[in-house]
This record gives sequence, C-alpha cells and structure tokens, in this order.
Amino acid sequence: MLDGILMLLVLFNLFSLGSTRISASIRVVAYQGAAIGVVPLFLPGKIPGGILVTIVLVTLLIKAGILPWFLRYAQKRVNVRREEKPFVGASASILSGVAALGTAFFISSRLPIPFAVASPFIVPVALSVSLTGFFIIISRAEALSQVIGYLILENGIYLFGIALLLEQPLLVELGMLLDVFVGIFVMGITVFHISREFEHTDTSRLSGLADWLPEVKRSE
Amino acid sequence: MAILLFLAPFAAGLAAFVIKSDRFRRRLLFSVACAHAVFSLYLCLFPSGGEDYRWLWFGLDALGRYFTAVFSLLFLCASFYAVIYLKEEKSRPREKKEEGLLFNNAPEAAFTGCLLVFLASMSLLALSRHFGLIWIAMEATTLVSAPLIYFHRQRSSLEATWKYLLICSVGIALALFGNLFLAVSASGQGPGTEISIDRLLGPGVRLDPLWLKAGFIFVLVGYGTKMGLAPMHTWLPDAHSEAPSVASALLSGALLNCAFLAILRFYQLCLANGLGPFCRELFLIFGILSMAVAAVFIIGQSDYKRLLAYSSVEHMGILCFAVAVGTAYGSMLQAANHSFLKGALFICAGNILAGFRSKKIADVRGIAHIMPWAGVLWFAGILAICGMPPFGAFLSEWIILKAAFSFGNLWLPAVYLFLLGVIFIGMTGTGIRMTFGVPSIPGGKKSFLSLLPALLLLLLSLFLGIYMPAALDVAVSGAAALLGGQG
Repeated sequence: MLDGILMLLVLFNLFSLGSTRISASIRVVAYQGAAIGVVPLFLPGKIPGGILVTIVLVTLLIKAGILPWFLRYAQKRVNVRREEKPFVGASASILSGVAALGTAFFISSRLPIPFAVASPFIVPVALSVSLTGFFIIISRAEALSQVIGYLILENGIYLFGIALLLEQPLLVELGMLLDVFVGIFVMGITVFHISREFEHTDTSRLSGLADWLPEVKRSE
Repeated sequence: MAILLFLAPFAAGLAAFVIKSDRFRRRLLFSVACAHAVFSLYLCLFPSGGEDYRWLWFGLDALGRYFTAVFSLLFLCASFYAVIYLKEEKSRPREKKEEGLLFNNAPEAAFTGCLLVFLASMSLLALSRHFGLIWIAMEATTLVSAPLIYFHRQRSSLEATWKYLLICSVGIALALFGNLFLAVSASGQGPGTEISIDRLLGPGVRLDPLWLKAGFIFVLVGYGTKMGLAPMHTWLPDAHSEAPSVASALLSGALLNCAFLAILRFYQLCLANGLGPFCRELFLIFGILSMAVAAVFIIGQSDYKRLLAYSSVEHMGILCFAVAVGTAYGSMLQAANHSFLKGALFICAGNILAGFRSKKIADVRGIAHIMPWAGVLWFAGILAICGMPPFGAFLSEWIILKAAFSFGNLWLPAVYLFLLGVIFIGMTGTGIRMTFGVPSIPGGKKSFLSLLPALLLLLLSLFLGIYMPAALDVAVSGAAALLGGQG
C-alpha cells in the first residue's frame, strides 16, 4: 500500500510538470498533499495512535485543504489561467522529471539509510518530489507557479521527514508545517502586490534590478 | 534569564503593531534596543551570569553570546537611525527621482513591529540549542525581514522582495533537508534521538559520517544562500539596494552573521565527528568564490548601495576563508568588524541618498563639500572596510592572512591578497570620486544626528582595531574554542 502511494506521488510529479494550467497544478498539489498526509498510517507503528491520527489530520487539513484553497483564491484574485511562456516546455519538463527520478534513485543508492525503513522507495521518491518542485520553481515564469513549485519542494521534504523520522519530537514537525503555511501566505500576499503593481505576475519581466544594462529593460 | 533576549523584543514587536502613537512606538523601539544591547553585552563580557543557562532547547554558549552582542550593538545604532529616518519619511514628499513616480511607504507600525520581531528571531537563533529550532528561527528572520525590504511600496522594491523571498525560502528548504539528514545520521543513537547540540556533542555519540556529510552540504548551501555566499548570493544586491538603509544595515550586518552562526552550529558537530577537513575544504571553495565574485562586481558597479552589498558578499567569503585556514578567532573578529562597519556605511548611504536623491554613483559627487560629516564618515568607512589600519578589519584580516600563510599552501594567501587588493582599488576609487570633487547638487541638509549612529559604529570598529580588553579577548577566544580553537 505504501509503495502504491509512493508510485502515485511519482505520477503526480510528472503530471504537475506536464500541466501548464494553474488550476490543474493546484489540484495536483492538493492530491499530492493528501497522499503524503496519509503516509504515516501505513508505517509500522512506533508511536501512539492518538498522536498519529492528529498528525495525519493536521497534515491533511493544511496540505490538502487550506493551502490549495488559498492558492485558488490567489489565482482568482490575480486572474491567471495558465503558464503562458514557461522557460521549458511541457514535454521537455516531463523528460526532466524522469531524469530527476533517475537522479533521485542514484543519490539514494549512494546514501544507504542506516536503519530499517518501511519501503526502500521512500528516499528516492521524496528526493524526486523535491527535485520536481525545484525544477518547477526555476522553469516557470508565473509567480503563482513558483509558489506551487515551492509547495511541491516542501512536500518532498515533508515526506522524507514523516516517513523516516516520525519519532522525532513533535514540535519540529509542527514548526515545519507552520512555516510552510506562513511562507506560502506571505508569498501569496506578495503575489497580490506584484499583480496590483505591475498588472501581471510574470516574474521573467521582473528584471529592473541588475548589475549591467538595467536602463534598457526598465523602459518597458 | 537569557530567554528575555528573545521574549522582550518579541512582545514589544507584537505590541508595536497595535500601538497607535508614533512617538510611543519609536520610544519603545529604541528602549528595547538599548535594554537588549546592554543585557547581551553584559552576558558576553561577564559570562558567569548566564553561563550555565539551560532551559529546554535554549541556552547561550560562548558562540551565541558573542554573536548576540555583535548584532545587538548594531541593532541599537540602527534603531536610533530608524527613529530619525521614520520621522523624516513621514514629513518628506514621497517621490522617487529615478522613476518619477509617487509611491507610498508601508505603515510605520508594521515596519517597527517587523524590526523588533526581526531582533527577536535573531536572538532566538543565537539561543537555540536544537537544530529544528535554529531552522525555525532562520525561517522567521526571512519572513519578517521581507516586509522591511518592501517598505517603499514601489516596483523595484517589490521585485527585490520577491527574489529575496523565493531564493531564501528555497535555501531554507534545502537547509531543512540538511537537518533531516542530520536526524538520520543520529539515528544510530536509538530512536527519537533529539537533534540538539548538547545531545549530539555528548560523550560517546557517533554520528553516521556519510549522512552527516550530506547534511553539511545541504546546510551550507541552504543557509549559505541566506548568508550571501556566491553563487547563491543573487538576491542580496537587489534586497540591499532596495530596502531602506536601516533594513540594509541590519540585513547585511546582523542577518548574514546569523546565517553564518547557523552553519557554524552544524560545523561544531562535524568537527566532533572528525569531518573538520571535509568541511574546511567546502568553506574554502565557497569563501574564495564569494570573494572573487564580489571583486568582479565591485569593479564595474554603478550603484553605491549595491557596491556595499557586494562588499558584504566579499566579507562573508572572508569569514568562510578564515574558518577554512583554521583561524576561527580571526573569523569571529572579522564578523564583528564587518557588522559595525557595514552598519555605519549603510547608515551613511542612507544619509547620502536622502541628500542626493540618487543611488547612482555617477550622480553623487563632492559629498565632503555639501555634507561634511557624511563625507568624512563615508570615506573613512570605505577605507576601514577595505582593511585599512587602524580600524579593526585590518587586524582581523591580518590575522587571517597570517593563518593562510602558515596553512602551508602559498597559493591561498596569494589569492586572498590579490582579491582584497582588487576590491580595495575598486571601492576606494569609487569612494574618492563620490566624496571629493565638484558637488553635483547645490546644497544639502546638514543633519548630524542621523549620522551619529554611523560615527559610533565606526568608533567601535576603531576601538577593536587598537585596543582589545581582556574580557573581550576571552569572549572571542571562547567562541573560537568551540570551533576548534586557533590553528
């Protein structure tokens, strides 16, 4: 079952790389958050059930509920439908996603986990989710897409933490969630400001600040 | 008691958001800064008071005390300047010369509140003994400093804020990966081992070296982004040039050091587990790369706030270089000097900007004629930050040079000296052109009060350069001893 979820996560990766519609990306991020949220239920039990259920519920609420809702709200406010001019096209992105998966497997084969884990695929999948998020951040020009990429990056880290290190003191995880939450929140507010100020949210046109030749671009 | 260093500014920061009276809020900012500086300086110089302080995951060791004292002193001077700056911002017409657009400033309450919470989160970082907590504090500094950069509600500062948020958040995310790797490497100690410094530096603790190495790489790149190490420094010149000068001074002088502190915490673990040489190699690469990148961009720079920003990149490189060649003592001393001098320079830059209304180096000529004090302090500051005696940066850079010579490889001191030389020429050339010559504007304002904090900071660095009190020496050596002492 755990392996099934992990496989699903890989598919979500590829899907989010392939889609340029923002609303579809947000939906995929929500599914991804839900899939990661239920992972603790399928781990060999080490911690009491009550805490486990709380972690699952809080994760689901934030990752599959509040954050996607907030992204939808931001999307409606700034009124962007799709990624018009990504730096890397959809098919090339998917190919990069496959390459990222390969890289993740390679890295995790070089870094053996020094204790028993529920599934050998946890580390490579977590790394590949993070790499995917990273790739989306650098390959998309829309500010909202970059926020989505950041969320995917954090999802990968969260998967790594929750699947391997659940016994760590709870405070750290809560802090993680909270920070993700606040981070996205602040980024969302900034997106509003960008759209109000520039009447678009295309970050590739945010190029007034540079060391050389700023004059030419600033006149746009 | 040391927890007050975090709690007091945090509470005051929250209060500042709701306080209606401008005067009261400004007084609150300044008095909290005063109390914070006095208390942290006391803890640093007379450590018996807080040495055994331990409560949950909080504690202050020599390293934390030293860094707290440095950024607290800087914050005190910056807050004094902030009070004057905020008063002037309220009264002057809001217009930016370069774009000719009207713009609004963020509400003053939010700015003051963010400043105080910023101080609180840096204190939290210095107080933290748990790597998760360090990470949370680091993230908190990013989030509360973003509104500081976006104080002038205009396009360019928005662009800078966006870059800052995105790049630093990604850096912080990588650092979180580093922390998780650390937890994996500590898993040999039994399930649920907490990743706190005291637990992991405890007797008989062996960490898995492979995961610890991987963790250090992630932490160095992650927090290194925040620290402004090349090639992850790209947010830094934009943020420093677009933020109001108070915020630039704090970002550059306090925040970058704090990110360095977070890396050093991880380095402590690596040292205890015999990974010192591995880490120092990485420090060396990033250090030299940062200095080289800074040198390239300083030479052709056309904006004087960006010039200062690149100088910060250079100094962060020097800090790493110093640790790499084995003189943690020099690195500590350099960190303090950089903080004070860069604070002074940014405050001068703020004054120059207010007088000349331009950030372009080409538009600023003859500061010394129009604003004599600003001219003198600006030029002295530039000389000082380039390592001119008798200022403190000369002493620390000299110690680092000596260590580099005794490190065994003659290439290191040669490269170090060459880069310092290039930067010296680039910066002083600009400084001379800006300070002397025929003034480019008819007259300026002659406010000495807003330059007072810059003067104080310069004097502090001068003091560090010519006289080292025994208590301070003990404090610096104590901090350095935690990083493997002097090589």
